[in-house]
Amino acid sequence: MKRFSGFVKKEIYHILRDTRTLVILLGIPIVQVLLFGFAITNEINEAKIAILDHSKDEVTRALTQRLLATDYFLLEENLQSQADIARIFQAGQVKEVIVFESGFAGKLQKEQQAHIQLILDATDPNTATTLQNYTAAIVMDFQQELNQQQALPASITTRSRMYYNPELKSVFFFVPGIITIILMLLSAMMTSISITREKELGTMEVLLASPMQPAQIILGKVTPYILLSLLNALIILALSYYVFQVPVKGNLALLIGESVLFIITALSLGILISTVASTQQVALMASLFALMLPTILLSGFIFPIENMPEILQWISHVIPARYFITIVRGMMLKGAGLDILWKESLILVGFTCLFILISVKKFKIRLE
Amino acid sequence: MKPPIEVNSLTRRFGSFVAVDNISFAVERGEIFGFLGANGAGKTTAIRMLCGLLAPSAGRAYVAGYDVKKQADQVKRHIGYMSQRFSLYQDLTVRENIHFYGGIYGLSPKALQAKTTQMLEELDLESSSHTLIRDLPLGWKQKLAFSVAILHDPQIVFLDEPTGGVDPITRRQFWDLIYEAAHRGVTVFVTTHYMDEAEYCDRVSIMVDGRIEALDTPAALKKAYGAGSMDEVFVQLARPAGKTAK
Repeated sequence: MKRFSGFVKKEIYHILRDTRTLVILLGIPIVQVLLFGFAITNEINEAKIAILDHSKDEVTRALTQRLLATDYFLLEENLQSQADIARIFQAGQVKEVIVFESGFAGKLQKEQQAHIQLILDATDPNTATTLQNYTAAIVMDFQQELNQQQALPASITTRSRMYYNPELKSVFFFVPGIITIILMLLSAMMTSISITREKELGTMEVLLASPMQPAQIILGKVTPYILLSLLNALIILALSYYVFQVPVKGNLALLIGESVLFIITALSLGILISTVASTQQVALMASLFALMLPTILLSGFIFPIENMPEILQWISHVIPARYFITIVRGMMLKGAGLDILWKESLILVGFTCLFILISVKKFKIRLE
Repeated sequence: MKPPIEVNSLTRRFGSFVAVDNISFAVERGEIFGFLGANGAGKTTAIRMLCGLLAPSAGRAYVAGYDVKKQADQVKRHIGYMSQRFSLYQDLTVRENIHFYGGIYGLSPKALQAKTTQMLEELDLESSSHTLIRDLPLGWKQKLAFSVAILHDPQIVFLDEPTGGVDPITRRQFWDLIYEAAHRGVTVFVTTHYMDEAEYCDRVSIMVDGRIEALDTPAALKKAYGAGSMDEVFVQLARPAGKTAK
């Protein structure tokens, strides 16, 4: 045990003396959260729109006012003719054109219906869809008020409530993903690099020729990274809570426990990489390309898994991050507990055992 | 009493390739045993088997009285090892390195403290005990690495090309340390590429293609091969191997 603590101490010296790496390790999560929270967002504010009003009556004017009263839209131009639409889209500033048909108020009166055409710049499909939804929601709202005033025949209306994220803040969606990515990056990459560094320096041979057991060596190397990764997870949680008001609805202790489990999964993956890679460079490349990209793209961090082609959905089953993201989202936003998330947790335990088993086997082969 | 190192028909195969082919020898206590051979002759494989890092395919080897195959853990406890690449941590101080290596060999804090003081005194490094290794001159690093390798008073120390890339004067000083250790009864098993260093050894074995082709004192070898220096002896032995390899 004393041998082990000495080993951990040495490992901590390595980490603390490499100031540049340490700053990066602790800085990455902060920058990531702020970046995703403020800059990379699905919400739309002050999108520029143009209006082509063929009717120019009191209803269209009221509706226009209603649209522009929100923060979502900013009127760039009142168009005069259909021909202007192509021109204004090509200029690139305007994202949406709203066209009111002629005789709008009159038709609404007589035929109980009138048409609005929404034309969207779909070069960015996400923005286009979001803008369309916003506009439709405001129009719907407006229509309901109109109906109340005029006491028209009964009609069915929908009322939506956005559970778990009423304001549809995208940072709610991203934070669990960022925690996952950071823990994966830190744990797997840093352990694989720190183990291969010893191989490269030749100190691994000296350690193996000492009475230290290989398991002790590996465990001693990863212990400081468990603490460092956990610290990072806490920083991200605190930042997202205090800066972006992302709640932790579930049990915080359980969430931290699950984080430790995922850190260990990632560490064991890092150990696995280090048994295969002989240099730090190879370990870095393997962690970045073999690990990071699938983790970001196939875990459901950004792209919903259900929307992927079937083959990618299958592949996503072997991405450990997928299960952790589900766990974190469930616990933070929905207040779910182990009674619901036990399956995902068990799968992570399974992955960890598998990685460690393969590493031990590989490590032995290398020693032979 | 058994000799510190006793090797009987030791063989190691990798697939169909025989890296170490049926070698046998014994090393006496306090002896400086030079283990020579061209690159790829099987030196490193042999040394790794003797240190308990690699299991032999056939044959037996006893180090410090323990079977390297069955009692690798015991072997590791009783040997020191210094690899060809530099084995101290550059980002740790002199004292931290000593404490770390002392720690993994299970020295008690008290013994470690005494050892550290003694070692720093002997190496004249007291004023630099809090200096990072990377800031030390190469010669000092080398000497410190050797002292750390024998920190836990092993019966035998294995040195795998310990003087690679070191200037002649520092090499000479390094050998003074080796002599001192041997004088205290430590058995030294050393591989080297420098033939002048071979002359410093009590006995020398020369490995060619996995087999030991010659084993004797440097003087006797020179006489047997009618050579003026160990360099010539080595070239005579190693040249046929070079031809067949091509």
